Amino acid sequence: MDIEDIIKPENKVYAAPELLEEVNMHYCPGCSHGVIHKLVAEVISELGIVERTVGVSPVGCAVFAYNYIDCDWIEAAHGRAPAIATAANRLWPENVVFTYQGDGDMSAIGTAETIHAANRGENIVMIFVNNAIYGMTGGQMAPTTLIGQKTSTSPYGRRVDLNGHPLEITNLLKELDGTCYVTRQSVHTPANVRKTKAALKKAFMNAIAKKGTSVVEVVSTCNSGWKMTPEKANEWMAQHMFEKYPLGDLKNSES
Amino acid sequence: MAKIQGAVTVNKERCKGCNLCVVACPTETLSLQPYEVNDRGYHFAFMSNPEACIGCCSCALVCPDACIEVYRVKID
Amino acid sequence: MKGNEAIAHAAIRYGCDGYFGYPITPQSEVLETLEALMPWDTTGMVVVQAESEVAAINMVYGGAATGKAVMTSSSSPGVSLKQEGISYIAASSLPALILNVMRGGPGLGTIQPSQADYFQAVKGGGHGDYHLIVLAPSSVQEMADFVGLGFDLAFKYRNPSMILADGIVGQMMEKVVLPEQRARRTDEEIREQCPWAATGREGRRKRNVVTSLELESDKMEIINHQLQAKYREIEANETRWEEIDTKDADYLIISFGSVARISTKAKELAEEDGLKVGIIRPITLWPFPTEAIRKAAEGKKGILVVELNAGQMIEDVRLAVHDSLPVKHFGRMGGIIPSPSEIVSALKEKLIEQA
Repeated sequence: MDIEDIIKPENKVYAAPELLEEVNMHYCPGCSHGVIHKLVAEVISELGIVERTVGVSPVGCAVFAYNYIDCDWIEAAHGRAPAIATAANRLWPENVVFTYQGDGDMSAIGTAETIHAANRGENIVMIFVNNAIYGMTGGQMAPTTLIGQKTSTSPYGRRVDLNGHPLEITNLLKELDGTCYVTRQSVHTPANVRKTKAALKKAFMNAIAKKGTSVVEVVSTCNSGWKMTPEKANEWMAQHMFEKYPLGDLKNSES
Repeated sequence: MAKIQGAVTVNKERCKGCNLCVVACPTETLSLQPYEVNDRGYHFAFMSNPEACIGCCSCALVCPDACIEVYRVKID
Repeated sequence: MKGNEAIAHAAIRYGCDGYFGYPITPQSEVLETLEALMPWDTTGMVVVQAESEVAAINMVYGGAATGKAVMTSSSSPGVSLKQEGISYIAASSLPALILNVMRGGPGLGTIQPSQADYFQAVKGGGHGDYHLIVLAPSSVQEMADFVGLGFDLAFKYRNPSMILADGIVGQMMEKVVLPEQRARRTDEEIREQCPWAATGREGRRKRNVVTSLELESDKMEIINHQLQAKYREIEANETRWEEIDTKDADYLIISFGSVARISTKAKELAEEDGLKVGIIRPITLWPFPTEAIRKAAEGKKGILVVELNAGQMIEDVRLAVHDSLPVKHFGRMGGIIPSPSEIVSALKEKLIEQA
């Protein structure tokens, strides 16, 4: 069969999500953010909630998430997304509010807002993109940077005596009574992409059902910051990141 | 026995040539253009071995820039 | 009731949608009163005790971004913590109300009254070129009244308003007439009145994005010009002040907030000594009543600016009168409140004996 005969609308099995804007994203080639954006857009569409969804974008590489996913957005000051989401949802309880945050936002400057929003059990989704580095500012050390990992502010590798330990904030959030669902996923293989989508869908459904705070950590790559090709970055992540940040559900109140 | 045949289209101007689709493809259907580049200077992905495509969507799932559309037919 | 309690009652009666705060003396009664009144059961107003002032102001930013009428309150050190959020709210052209019940500083300072946050309130406070509409109440009645005025101005101009009170009006008990209870706006009314708000895309095809980020310099300059044009409009329309006997006076005392009431008593004492004194009380500290002060100062022998600080509003008074007459400052700091007779002595010493 000729390719032209296959490429017909009736045979289409995958297309870009309709809520994803047709603009070129500013992310580096191979960046995990793009895949996660697609999944968020798909989940909002499939749940039919775009008219009542409000995203809160962070400071960091995903600051321009509002240019790509076609729902209402509020751009937060660095680390404050969970506080903004708290008010946006308390004042509009029928709206579905999610934050999209990086490791600096979620686990450094915004640790207090993260923990207290989760501890209050706000009916929000927190999407946490953990790539163990500060991408936007040029590859500095994050709280989640691994021991020995080189960054521009740990040029000889992260040292416990100088920099402390990698912060597993998702593990902390699991312990809080306000969280109903805490999971850690990745998007480096087709199978993992499918699992992350399922996790995001569950998290958004929890918000709709007002079950409390859902946290979806996506262990991700920053190939530019890590100074690797996208392909090598995925391999490095699987070899090193998953040891410290193992994938799977940390908490699922239903099960 | 029914055979599955697939095909993909790549939005070449949106593609950043990250190669993740090439790696994800189980049938070695895709490659990056060895010489040609798009308007932004990226060697974009294309079907170098179209007969091998089974329309599994692996490439599209891992594509960070949503540039791949997948088509699939069943041939009896 | 106390000034702080009046704020809480007035907020509920205005139809305020949300209050987000963190306790700090001398204004904790605002949050305490709201929690005791449980407005979520009556008007549906949301009240949240946040984990910090930083979180509280960002809750205000988030709530304002959805078009709701939201507010916070704090005192000097806490208001310093809120400055980043206030800058974002101003930059994003969002309506909100912030109450600062000032205490003595700098640093942790005292818990007694002060007016030392004047610069912070009227000159920016946070980063970037922006202004708050700053209202200075001198009575418990004005504490109550300025909640409604502050919100109305905030929504009229899509700009944050601040009530800059001092510990005296916050803690002082006076009779107050509270406004009538108003209904909170419905979600439909908010969608209609605030078509810019992040309410969810319902009824709209185009998404709303509330942000203060613009990486392109030429566009960012345009945004700044738009903000400045709004500030000029506010200056033209919303300057408020009170004058007492300024026409026939030889001297003017200019002071704001509770101190203006002490100055008014001082004026009466000075008159017993045969001095003719007029009073000007700026009610909006920004926009500042520059023109009113310039006009009132014509033909006068001198101006005494009385503040609970080392001399802050005096700079704006001097800008208004351009060295056309002596302008002297009298202030107490650290939480000390001057007596009327102290003010009269200062006026005699600084404007008459030294002249």
